[in-house]
Amino acid sequence: MIPVAFDYKKASSVEDALAALAEGGEDAKLMGGGQSLVPVLRLRLNAPSVVVDCSSIPELKGIKDEGGKIVIGAGTTHHAVMNDPAVKSSLKVLADATASVADPQIRHRGTLGGALAHSDPRADQPPVALALDAEFTIAGATGQRCVAAADFFQGPFETAVGPDEILVSIAFPKLDGWGGHYEKFNRAAQAWSIIGVAAAVRMEGGKIAEARIGLTNVGGTPHRASAVEQALVGASSIAEVEAASMYASDNLSPFADEDADVDYRLHLARVLTARSVAKAAGIS
Amino acid sequence: MQHIKVTVDGTTYQKEVEPRTLLVHFLREDLGRVGTVVGCDTSNCGACTVLVDGVSLKSCSMLAVQADGSEITTIQGVSDGNDWHPVQSAFKECHGLQCGYCTPGMVISSIDLLNENPNPTEAEIREGLEGNLCRCTGYHNIVKSVQRAAELMEGAKS
Amino acid sequence: MTDVVDAGTALGRPIKRKEDARLLHGQTNWTDNIQLPGTVHMAILRSPLAHAKITHLDVSGALAMPNVVAAFGAAELGELNSSVPCVWPVTDDMVAPDFPALAKDTVHHVGDCVAVVLATDAVSAADALEAMSVDYEPLQAVVNMESAISPGSTLVHEDKGTNTCYVYNLGGGYDEKVKEADVVIKRRFINQRLIPAFMEPRSVVAAPMGMSDEITMWTSTQIPHILRLLIALVTGIPENNLRVIAPDVGGGFGGKLQIYREEILVAQLARKLGRPVKWTETRSEDMVATHHGRDQIQDIEIAAKSDGTLVGLKVDLKANMGAYLQIITPGIPLLGMFMYPGIYKMDAYDFQCTGVFTNTTPTDAYRGAGRPESTYAIERIMDELAAELGMEPMELRRKNWIKHEEFPYTTIAGLTYDTGNYELATARALELFDYEGLRAEQKSRRDSGDRVQLGIGISTFTEMCGLAPSRTLGALKYVAGGWEHCTVRVLPTGKVEVITGTSPHGQGHETAWSQIASSILGVPVEDIEVVHSDTGRAPYGMDTYGSRSLAVGGQAIKEASERLVEKARVIAAHQIECSPEDLEYVDGVFQVKGDPEKSQPLGAVAFEAFTAHNLPDGVEPTLSAEATIDPQDFSYPHGTHLAAMEVDTETGKVTVRKYVCVDDVGVQVNPMIVEGQVHGGVAQGIAQALYEGANYDEDGQPQNANLSTYLIPSAPDLPSFITDTTCTPSTTNPLGTKGVGEAGAIASTPAIINGIVDAIRHLGVNDVLMPATPMTVWKTIQAAQGGK
Repeated sequence: MIPVAFDYKKASSVEDALAALAEGGEDAKLMGGGQSLVPVLRLRLNAPSVVVDCSSIPELKGIKDEGGKIVIGAGTTHHAVMNDPAVKSSLKVLADATASVADPQIRHRGTLGGALAHSDPRADQPPVALALDAEFTIAGATGQRCVAAADFFQGPFETAVGPDEILVSIAFPKLDGWGGHYEKFNRAAQAWSIIGVAAAVRMEGGKIAEARIGLTNVGGTPHRASAVEQALVGASSIAEVEAASMYASDNLSPFADEDADVDYRLHLARVLTARSVAKAAGIS
Repeated sequence: MQHIKVTVDGTTYQKEVEPRTLLVHFLREDLGRVGTVVGCDTSNCGACTVLVDGVSLKSCSMLAVQADGSEITTIQGVSDGNDWHPVQSAFKECHGLQCGYCTPGMVISSIDLLNENPNPTEAEIREGLEGNLCRCTGYHNIVKSVQRAAELMEGAKS
Repeated sequence: MTDVVDAGTALGRPIKRKEDARLLHGQTNWTDNIQLPGTVHMAILRSPLAHAKITHLDVSGALAMPNVVAAFGAAELGELNSSVPCVWPVTDDMVAPDFPALAKDTVHHVGDCVAVVLATDAVSAADALEAMSVDYEPLQAVVNMESAISPGSTLVHEDKGTNTCYVYNLGGGYDEKVKEADVVIKRRFINQRLIPAFMEPRSVVAAPMGMSDEITMWTSTQIPHILRLLIALVTGIPENNLRVIAPDVGGGFGGKLQIYREEILVAQLARKLGRPVKWTETRSEDMVATHHGRDQIQDIEIAAKSDGTLVGLKVDLKANMGAYLQIITPGIPLLGMFMYPGIYKMDAYDFQCTGVFTNTTPTDAYRGAGRPESTYAIERIMDELAAELGMEPMELRRKNWIKHEEFPYTTIAGLTYDTGNYELATARALELFDYEGLRAEQKSRRDSGDRVQLGIGISTFTEMCGLAPSRTLGALKYVAGGWEHCTVRVLPTGKVEVITGTSPHGQGHETAWSQIASSILGVPVEDIEVVHSDTGRAPYGMDTYGSRSLAVGGQAIKEASERLVEKARVIAAHQIECSPEDLEYVDGVFQVKGDPEKSQPLGAVAFEAFTAHNLPDGVEPTLSAEATIDPQDFSYPHGTHLAAMEVDTETGKVTVRKYVCVDDVGVQVNPMIVEGQVHGGVAQGIAQALYEGANYDEDGQPQNANLSTYLIPSAPDLPSFITDTTCTPSTTNPLGTKGVGEAGAIASTPAIINGIVDAIRHLGVNDVLMPATPMTVWKTIQAAQGGK
């Protein structure tokens, strides 16, 4: 319950933070809201030389509606994301998934960028970012670069953000008029997802015209269920949705843990994908 | 050591702290504000919940240095020692506590919940308190307490 | 917010709790809040391995760290390394391994204490821990109970030559009687390992007082009185020089019914160092170092006639002791032994229990202690028998339970249930539940093949509360009595002190005990202070566990209060110049019958007793009375709990849709507190059924020893409960009370699992392991379907 001693640097700007990271070397640790890092420090599972605190950098905060996309500063809290009117109307699945993260206290402090950059395989927002083709802006010593979601998540707790870089913002293409739903399946309210399915669906004439599906905790990184997305086009009944969702377990090689073995996870992937899509599409 | 200035329950403190000091340890050990308690080491129990600049946080999950410049309200500051916040009154009236160890966090979380949603449904209350564990009450009377507090606060407005 | 309560009418009313003002304002006195000048903080090096030889231990690195005062392994601690006591040697040949506070050469479970460091602040102590040097030679871990007692198993304690702690037998005659049965069914039930997980982590402070050998200990315990005796016995601190205080205690559930090694270490080291020593556990320590509960394998066989009449019951139990015996570890299964027959009549009952050592955290009391296990087994197998016989499960129960006119009734296990009315509680529960309506819905869901199936779980339970009388405990080889003490004093100002030997940690004794005393003394509840949990101020007591405080302690309060009134009556008569028999006592005032103008209030009597200027001959000064009561028998609360369970057959996810319980806890002192106890107990029983279970891998490594993986339910995981009570007063105590602390936890677990099995029995399922996680339920359905 008492962390190992470390130095602390409160960064006032992205440049400031980058400089502190460079100076701190490989044992420097970046902190967003601290809701993943402080627990690790508390249990002495990590002993950084310096913690660079990004929680007060103004340019990392805020949600901007830029016409075709919504750009969310990496340091924007979950609470701000899930309550933002633009997010709620244009990115319902992100609002839903964010509202399911942890609990109110943690959502007040934890940040979207922090959660995505931490990339816990059980986290609820990475499958949304993947399914919605979000774009990640990352700052480093040589300036900023953009990374597509498909290239961002590289492994458990591994992303495209280098040790000397900072995630600045995440841009989500707006899905106005789309339905969205995040189906979280866990053992108890405080537990991580056994599986979570993010679904966004555009309907046309009572049929699914387009669908985006992302799954969490079915592997080391979030999973895009492309085969389901294709098979869903034209679906209008629950039977058709369920049939298309059978592809959700294709190309999955999930791990086994106390909550779910491989068979059960594959089964849940199919069942919960159908449920998530049905809710997003308003098909019952 | 880092110099910080924080206001806790109406008193402004200036202290030197080690960066690794958790806010909850700062409150308890450095300031003697022992009303706020520690129940776990994994962010689950919520017993250490306080309001920082008006919103609920787990004080085990924030460094004291990060609270520099903040205004903090603990269970000891939600009402004057002899006074009762409506949430405190409702918890007593509805027997929303037994051993009382989760109570500081439960009361603060309930205050935050009602600030955001003055008329919550039972489901919203349960969801809103998911970051606070109680081992005694089975939550039944805690839910009742929050419903009662909502009535009391609504009544106080009109 | 003070409640004004009319004097004398406090009993049976839902008075708001006195305790709440300080608890709701953060003005509490948890042990960890105590910070005495000069305190040194202890941190503990714990074994990361389940079974290993300590090949090397060097604490000198810690001594070189800043602010460190001392560090000890077993070698450095020497004679101060006292052993942890076990006070319930259940058989003459029970095997009891040495349980030193610090492991001497071998560690026996993950979390076993290896060394301690003491520093002037907690941060330095935590840092210094990492500077200790220790090497282990891993040994094979013994984890599975059945393997442990198989020939050739590795031994947990090499010197003992066996992993069997004891074998205990009761009854005989089942094998003969079973020949009369038409139906015999056997089941294996597993009561999984649970962690008490009270919200306040344990904390201990011990301080030497002055230059004498006096030590004051503050500790987060349920049993300050028993602790004082046992700490004195094992450490050699003279009992008269040891004062133990349990300040505000944040829950216990049996987990603080213990003498922990950390308490022994803190006491010994405070004495050795001559300064206050403090230790507060982290939650992660708590999950491996605080004793666990349950962990029993139950092989149970029930025999019946084809019409459902029970013939007999046979139980073969394996109970996991863990690595060591704590205070009453071996006795826990025996507390259940008496309750396997439940509320049912039968002609034969055989019981055997084998206590088994494994390389796991020791087990001991957890809410219900033995009785949840037995209730689970009997209530589960009654449902299975009903299914086998094609009977309605409630009908089978009705056919076999003790009728209300048959009380007192001596069960096949040898207990005499004094009173009860199962018919009444059941009828009320069925009414609140809409039993028929839910059965109809169940049928329609079944018929339509609904994805979500509905089941009804029944639990008609009884239990035994208030371990007593002492003679019976002696016969069970329990090394303590079952009595309780109370002293009532009226101070010269008329204020009252009720000094009790019970030790609350959330139960509201300060309020409820005031109500009992108020109802007899006629003094307002707010003028009564309940003094407890401090061996200096409340020297006699047997503390709080086993739902005993009201059933036993309540009697002592009643008796002492009545004795006090009788003493006061003599003084008042002398003051009024009448005969004591001419006085009646009304609302705290003695008055002459038929002439109420001639009166003396209790306060005036107390002042007279204090000045002693004009007392009648033979009456001693001061107004106090005491009573130490050894009750005549246990009390037997009972009730009917009904759960409507929804099972999502596609995912295995289970939801408690409706939960109704009607409990008969006899006469209630404070119905609000009773209801709260039921809620909390039911929640913990549901938690066993659905959420909790402490797991080890084959190397004895705990798999979920923290609160993020050992899932205790939070608010969204539980429903609101529908509760009611019936009242059949107990005849074993003059208040007519029973106990309520454990009832909910005992009753609810089988109701939940019976409900799940009932929902999916038509799919071929006849049992579901606990906790009934989504995967467990789904796999159970898959296996049953595959088997068809």
